[in-house]
Amino acid sequence: MKWKTEDGGWSPYLAGALAGLLAIVSAYATTKLMGKTNYFGTSTTFVRAAGLIERTASPEHVSANEYFKKEKVLIDWQFMFVVGIFFGALIASKIDGSFKSESVPPTWKERFGPSIGKRALGAFLGGVIAMAGARMADGCPSGHGLSGMMQLSASSFVALVMFFITGVIVAAIIYRRKTQ
Amino acid sequence: MNIDHILGLVTGILFGFLLQKGRVLRFDKQVGAMLLKDMTILKFMMSAILVGMVGIQILASYGIITLNHKPMNLGAVLVGGALFGAGWAVVGFCPGTSVGALGEGRWHAIFAIAGMLVGAAVFAELYPWLKSTILAWKDFGKIGLPEALGISPWIIVLLFWAGSIALFIWFERKKL
Repeated sequence: MKWKTEDGGWSPYLAGALAGLLAIVSAYATTKLMGKTNYFGTSTTFVRAAGLIERTASPEHVSANEYFKKEKVLIDWQFMFVVGIFFGALIASKIDGSFKSESVPPTWKERFGPSIGKRALGAFLGGVIAMAGARMADGCPSGHGLSGMMQLSASSFVALVMFFITGVIVAAIIYRRKTQ
Repeated sequence: MNIDHILGLVTGILFGFLLQKGRVLRFDKQVGAMLLKDMTILKFMMSAILVGMVGIQILASYGIITLNHKPMNLGAVLVGGALFGAGWAVVGFCPGTSVGALGEGRWHAIFAIAGMLVGAAVFAELYPWLKSTILAWKDFGKIGLPEALGISPWIIVLLFWAGSIALFIWFERKKL
């Protein structure tokens, strides 16, 4: 097993283990400094961001919505955590030269061709469904997959299995045909 | 910016750095796992869980941190989980990696992020209806697997470690 990949990346085992350590330190630090244990998660931030955007058009609509009231439309720890992911990825990719402008990912291109429009439509519709599902399940691969599993939450074991089983089935249906 | 914001930002930067170094932000890695061809994201996730669960369980057992389980609402987790998986296969990013992918220049992730924002808004509109249907089916509450099974958390941790190591060995043998 190599600790570095050919393109200057790190072994996913090493990077993952360090992410696990970070999750422990973060749980401790948020408890000490904020008075409440915060775990990694990202999808609630999309609800808050959607609420912030909608609020510019119709503040009454957002303040009347039950779900926005429940999740609270504000910029909190998790919101900044998600913003941080962007900058962390930017910094890491700029340092090791793996930053690359990409309009259509290779696997997608192989199956659906180089059309940016097609990729945009797929990404958009897939994104709508994925996020609606994540909010229904109350978590995504960060909230359920990492944080929930570390806490041994019953719901996270079920959610993670569902994520992968349906992911494998749908991916087999949409990407397999031409590549084989 | 208050302390919450600074802490979130710094933690996010470190997490994004590790996601990028582990090369898990890419569409091809995520779809590659779903096509059972490249298990990079699973190696990353499971390594993080293996390390994280030990620390989290120790800290929680001493009452230093508190666990915050997500509700085991059966309909929500099954239907929501399935919807997420289906959408994930098409979009090729999960919410966290979509933001990270944009950071490493994969600018098509902007369409994924736009879709996810719309998905969140749609869910907010459907919430009252879902609450009386799928979400009302069967809620077991915020439970941990140890309580649900009536066993020590360390038995589950041990089994998870054993299973994961076996899976890692198999991944490496098959060069996945």
